[in-house]
Amino acid sequence: MEKPNLDYVEKLARGDESLRKKLIGIIKDEFPEEKEAYYKSLKDKDFKKTEENVHRLKHKIIILGLEENYKIANKFEHDLRELNLDKVEDFDKILIAISYYLKTI
Amino acid sequence: MNCIIVDDEQMARVIIKTLCDEIKFLKVVGEFSNAMQAIKFLNANEIDLIFLDIHMPDFNGVDFIKTLKNPPKIILTTSDSQFAIEAFEYDFIVDYLLKPIELTRFQKAILKVQKHEPTSNEVKLDSEIKNDFYVNIDRRLIKIHLESICIVEAKGDYIHIKTEEKNYVVHSTLTRIEEKLPNSLFLRVHRSFIINVKKIVDIEDNTVVIKREVIPVSRSKRPELMKRLDLL
Repeated sequence: MEKPNLDYVEKLARGDESLRKKLIGIIKDEFPEEKEAYYKSLKDKDFKKTEENVHRLKHKIIILGLEENYKIANKFEHDLRELNLDKVEDFDKILIAISYYLKTI
Repeated sequence: MNCIIVDDEQMARVIIKTLCDEIKFLKVVGEFSNAMQAIKFLNANEIDLIFLDIHMPDFNGVDFIKTLKNPPKIILTTSDSQFAIEAFEYDFIVDYLLKPIELTRFQKAILKVQKHEPTSNEVKLDSEIKNDFYVNIDRRLIKIHLESICIVEAKGDYIHIKTEEKNYVVHSTLTRIEEKLPNSLFLRVHRSFIINVKKIVDIEDNTVVIKREVIPVSRSKRPELMKRLDLL
């Protein structure tokens, strides 16, 4: 499985340590909130909201360099419009991997 | 150049602001997490450029664009290319940036903004060289090849786009789609019908037949239709 990385953040910060910290701080703040919102909408079987939450999380996934996982998230987002939850477990694994990674940075 | 950023994600706003800071003449004068705040700001301030997230909950970028009376130039930002394709509907949309946005791509988009001065002629030319366009159906953008369109019919608030393969029902007006269709191929023959002239199989006095459908032709449109036909 792909591993999250900070390549994009480093590239954007271009050696500016305070910007790097700021960007990481935002990911660490926003990701748990978005993840929680996602699980809530999933529990409520609110497919539209779930799709929106997956869309938001997708951005974090790609920022953390998870290109293959991004494709899964994209597929999941599109499937949700057809009320299809086939990718729910794969998406869950992505969120777990990111949650774990964010504790290490 | 004064610009604003409209995006529901803080991360996205910070990234765009960071990229703007790299361009000397760009000044970010506002950042908004929702479209309504941005509309209020635009009502009171003049700005040159908007970075607009197309996919926002409740009131998305497309809804936002539709509210603008004198829109400035817009660069769409999105993590889903299919949403951005609707950009081609509006001539004031200069470019779209796929997230995560890279600096070099961002710089290119700003260059486009500097060069972008659309005129009605330019818009017309654009539409004439396009081979296809996208329609929004149930929040999906579906590509339709222009030449495959046989008939467009207005029914209430919707238009029915009838192609060789399939029919699409789209929330739009006949006038709006007429602007997108090349004059060389399409003709509005009736207040409720636009037809692809090349698909006509039969013509009578005040009707044409396309795809086994009989389409009425207004008396005033008949001379134009006859001009278009390659008569022996």
